Amino acid sequence: MNIFMPLIVKDLSCRYAGQHDDVLSNVSFVANSGEIIGVLGPNGAGKSTLIKGVLDLIPHEGEVKFFGGALKDHKTKIAYIPQRSSIDWQFPVSALDVCLMGMYPRIGLLKRITKANREEAMSYLEQVKLADYARKQIGSLSGGQQQRVFMARALAQDADLLFLDEPMAGIDQTTQDLLFTLFKDLKAKGKTILIVHHHLQSAKEHFDRILLINKILISDGPPNETLSQENLAAVYGGITA
Amino acid sequence: MHFFSDHYNIILVIITTIMLGLSCGMVGPFLVLRKEALISDAMTHSTLPGLGVGFLLALSMGLNGGRFLPFLLLCSGITALLGALSVRWIINRTRLSQDVAIASVMSSFYGLGLVILSIIQSLETGNRAGLNSFLLGQVSGLTQQDLFMLTGIATLVLLLGIYNFKALRLLCFDPINAEFLGISKTKTENILLFLMISVICAGLKTVGLILILALLIIPPITARLWTDRSEVMFALSCAIAALACVNGVVVSGFFYDLPTGAIIVLSCAGFLFASLILSPIRRIINAQ
Amino acid sequence: MLSETFFIVDFPALLIVILASILCALMGSFLVLRKEAVMVDALSHSVLPGIVMGVYLSGSFSILYVMGGATLSCLIAVLGVYALQRYARIEQGAAIGTVFTTMFALGVVFLETYIGGRVHLDTQHVLYGALELTYWANPFEWDSMPMQIKTLSVMLVITLAFMIVFFKELRVSTFDPLYAELQGQYVTALHLIQILLTALIAVSCFEATGSILVISLFVCPAASARMLCDRMETQMWLSAIIGIFCAITGYFCAGFLPLALGFEHSINAAAMIAVICGIFLVLSMLFSPAYGVITQKKKLFN
Repeated sequence: MNIFMPLIVKDLSCRYAGQHDDVLSNVSFVANSGEIIGVLGPNGAGKSTLIKGVLDLIPHEGEVKFFGGALKDHKTKIAYIPQRSSIDWQFPVSALDVCLMGMYPRIGLLKRITKANREEAMSYLEQVKLADYARKQIGSLSGGQQQRVFMARALAQDADLLFLDEPMAGIDQTTQDLLFTLFKDLKAKGKTILIVHHHLQSAKEHFDRILLINKILISDGPPNETLSQENLAAVYGGITA
Repeated sequence: MHFFSDHYNIILVIITTIMLGLSCGMVGPFLVLRKEALISDAMTHSTLPGLGVGFLLALSMGLNGGRFLPFLLLCSGITALLGALSVRWIINRTRLSQDVAIASVMSSFYGLGLVILSIIQSLETGNRAGLNSFLLGQVSGLTQQDLFMLTGIATLVLLLGIYNFKALRLLCFDPINAEFLGISKTKTENILLFLMISVICAGLKTVGLILILALLIIPPITARLWTDRSEVMFALSCAIAALACVNGVVVSGFFYDLPTGAIIVLSCAGFLFASLILSPIRRIINAQ
Repeated sequence: MLSETFFIVDFPALLIVILASILCALMGSFLVLRKEAVMVDALSHSVLPGIVMGVYLSGSFSILYVMGGATLSCLIAVLGVYALQRYARIEQGAAIGTVFTTMFALGVVFLETYIGGRVHLDTQHVLYGALELTYWANPFEWDSMPMQIKTLSVMLVITLAFMIVFFKELRVSTFDPLYAELQGQYVTALHLIQILLTALIAVSCFEATGSILVISLFVCPAASARMLCDRMETQMWLSAIIGIFCAITGYFCAGFLPLALGFEHSINAAAMIAVICGIFLVLSMLFSPAYGVITQKKKLFN
């Protein structure tokens, strides 16, 4: 395990090209090893923007440190599972192909995928209970199975820091429980998981810490504190409370 | 040139060209605002088989050696509509995406058009020359009747566009709410489609089917650099398109024997380039 | 049928269309998967001024000059699209349309002004291709082998090598670019090489197909394969086979169909190939076993 904090974010602000206002301003927080952190907030609060800004996928200001260093030095330690809508589910890849993608940096440039690589990838699919679906095209899997394929990719990558953008959107309760169990297994191994989430009740049950955001960081702490009536009223205008 | 020897003809050509420019400048902004610029590329290339079929049909009916313009334009309008419907069908009914739909429809229709053109060439050598000018545009060769007809189409497009302006603008800006505000989405979309096909057909002979896309999209994006108000944007777009058209016709007709369409497009691009440097909106973006 | 004229005229032409169709189908598959099929449209039009300048400077269709000019104009086009999107807030489709029509118009004007019949290159060539001008004086002899066959073969070797070596990186950066970028999989570099290769392929096919029909070779076979399979490896070889099939069928339809129907001239082969590609795409959209529109309707009724 790394002695440094997996993630330190200091005064992060994001703005899209051509717009006057920040989508997100001055967000600071740290993530410890073995923590499951939920990012909550209303639509348009900048939840996905936060993750993309942290990962340097969109222009941003502020300082972000991964394991005490820069992003480029620790890229392979970080897994990112994008929002469902940003994936082309018709794409001609199988579950095994996607899982193997997690191993590409290890396999290295100019090298072919070997049988041993494939067998290793199968073992990760087994961990998410998808071994029987390895040859299926990803679009033919159910929403929950698709999320698990991407989890298998993160496992294959042996990432220490996972970012998931709305992994539970449109997924039934049973599969959600299965995913949460998977998160807890990872947590036990000392991995850090950051999840963009929208459901308040399940957030209370499953997350160690919650970042409540709405353009700025409203609150950061254990679920019972952050999801207080006052905070929720401030963020959601009292509708959900 | 012989064509410009007659003052009356010069004036008529200029008027027709201005009207064509105005109508293209009027319809273009709707395409750009709806982010459908490249769909119209599929439509413009789809006119070619129509031209060929029209030529053959007119020939078989013994009309004016097959160069009977109204008939050619009608047929090319029909295949342009077919092209647009094909793109829509591919997007809605198959797993293929919009970009594939556009590229495959435009290249297949264009190929079909060329096949028909080479059949025409094998029928009667020399006649195809009349159709070649539709690819890159040429003003000379238009008769007075043709000019009157083109002016008529352009005027009709302008009037229809102005009459339905509010509905069309709402369709581009907020298609979901348009329905609640008592505007039929399907009906307005059909009007827009009709306007598009009309300007494409009217401009075919002058600008040519390969480059008319530029006359539809460059004027509106140039106008957009100067203003945030949609009325002003439309007026400017019309003015730019009309100026570019007149410039193209004059330069290609008087000075060089260049394809009219190419000069029109380069004039449009010139306006865009100048606006990029001079316009106030660009300065705002840079200041950010 | 295998007379001497076949080897002098038809054989090299067939070789050219087959090589071109394999090249285009392979690169087209990636473009279709990236949802960037319109890039072909843009690039194949934008290379025209570069080609014309190359021909003007070298005084002939010298492949080095032409490729150099095409690379330059492809670069200008890509930068132009980027600049319009970035500085003028113009949406991608409109930016692409603006740049490629302008470049094409510029090319046409250059062509009419500077070349004007001096060199073997004219507007017809750009619009229809000039496949029928190909001949191989002494078939199977290296010296008289048409330049296009050499160019296309070299391009095919380069493209195949690029795709085989970087296949897994291309797969991940096409499927999930954000993730690939995060993993340091050279997404931007690979994308730029793909764009450059697309432009160069368009140029090497230019003499055979002109600048518009090549779009069909790029998009239709790849899109047909897209309708028929769900494995990336399959997508690659299937699209190449479909391309070859359409090229051969199209070539023979153009050559022999009109003669059989009693016309005197044959039909433009490049155009006929584009039509066959289009027909193949329509058939696979309708009757693909897994995703065909009609097949799926039948499944509903059963």
